[in-house]
Amino acid sequence: MTGILVSTKVNGDVHDFVCTPDETLLDALRGRLGLTGSKEGCGTGDCGACTVTLNGRLVCACLVLAAEADGAEVGTIEGVATGDKLHPLQQAFIDHAALQCGICTPGILVAAKALLDKNQNPTDEEVRYWLAGNLCRCTGYDKIIKAVQSAAAAMRGESHGV
Amino acid sequence: MQYLRASDAAEAVRHLADAGGKGYVLAGGTDLLVQMKSRRIDPGLVVDIKALPGTMEIVRDGGGYRIGAGVPGAALGEDADFVADWPGVAEAAQLIGSTQIQGRATMVGNLCNASPAADTVPALMAADAVALIEGPDGQRKVKVADIPAGPGKTTLKVGEFVLAVLLPERPALASDAYLRFIPRTEMDIAVASAAVSLTLDEDGTVTAARVALGAVAAMAYLDAKAAERLVGTKLEDDVLADVAQICAASCSPIDDKRGTVAYRREVVGVLAKRAARLAYARAKERT
Repeated sequence: MTGILVSTKVNGDVHDFVCTPDETLLDALRGRLGLTGSKEGCGTGDCGACTVTLNGRLVCACLVLAAEADGAEVGTIEGVATGDKLHPLQQAFIDHAALQCGICTPGILVAAKALLDKNQNPTDEEVRYWLAGNLCRCTGYDKIIKAVQSAAAAMRGESHGV
Repeated sequence: MQYLRASDAAEAVRHLADAGGKGYVLAGGTDLLVQMKSRRIDPGLVVDIKALPGTMEIVRDGGGYRIGAGVPGAALGEDADFVADWPGVAEAAQLIGSTQIQGRATMVGNLCNASPAADTVPALMAADAVALIEGPDGQRKVKVADIPAGPGKTTLKVGEFVLAVLLPERPALASDAYLRFIPRTEMDIAVASAAVSLTLDEDGTVTAARVALGAVAAMAYLDAKAAERLVGTKLEDDVLADVAQICAASCSPIDDKRGTVAYRREVVGVLAKRAARLAYARAKERT
């Protein structure tokens, strides 16, 4: 197999790397760029642990070829915080103990951020449908929904009870 | 394996023809990559068609629509005009997978993957959609209803691929609906499904109807008898009861873990009935 040169922007930074033709974007992010926040759960697009944005759309990085990212903009969990300052969603997940093992958390945060960027005041049902492709086997989801709603309230400038 | 991002259709056709049966087309990749990983397929070449002109666009074409092969479900759902004209097709496309899958999965991929339970295929058949095909012998147009050839099989020839689907112009009092049954509320595969597209006259009588059923035979199919029963009616109860019976009789489902033959027959009739009611109500709202 011949290597393919890929020039992409990840979280605003230009990254060039060489990948194999059958390599997934998830493997390239983790193995070549050292961005190990995105996790591989199933590898078949069912669990959402590898959720990233590709040109602004939520996708499973395990179902994208790394070569497809040439010229694209990728957003990962590593770009969600601003320096040392956590994103309101990240803070809410800590405050609400909305994670246990943490494997699903990066994907859920990326997906939830995409929702709140588009809809600042979602209903619980909208949050649950939006996150239906992010499986969590620890929490039972309730705390996740509460954390997303608490972050949404904080981002709208409303006080939020922890 | 080789990966190639084709910049025009001729280039894609040439490379796919050279690769023979080992060439695969990549649009959203949500079926292709899963099949590659499970080693169900072993491509020698993957041709990414998303850089071909028009493949990422929804274009008004005459009075209808041309939807590029790379357009994901999420983009279809964001196009308010398209959703208003073809709500059944739009809802079928948006039922596929999660938000993340919606970011990539395409109607053309759903069609070419040729699952008997594909959600958009009955909706496209009911819509009388046409596939625009590129291949070694040039472009040709084929009704979507003539593309599936059985589970995992299509009538496309080696080296051919679908560039876009074309939806016809919508008359004023016309609409469609797609319903499927799944045992949960999200992210599952249809146990049975039905799509209905109707045109009404000003007095509310059905003047044209198309009924397509999914997941209840080796491939989705049009039920001409059911459609015929709807024409000239206002969807009276006895008409809908007949339609349910016609659909239950025309299908040839299988027994599997998702449902039995008897269950699928019953459910597909109920879905056809409800989809007809929904399409009718939507068509009336468009006055």
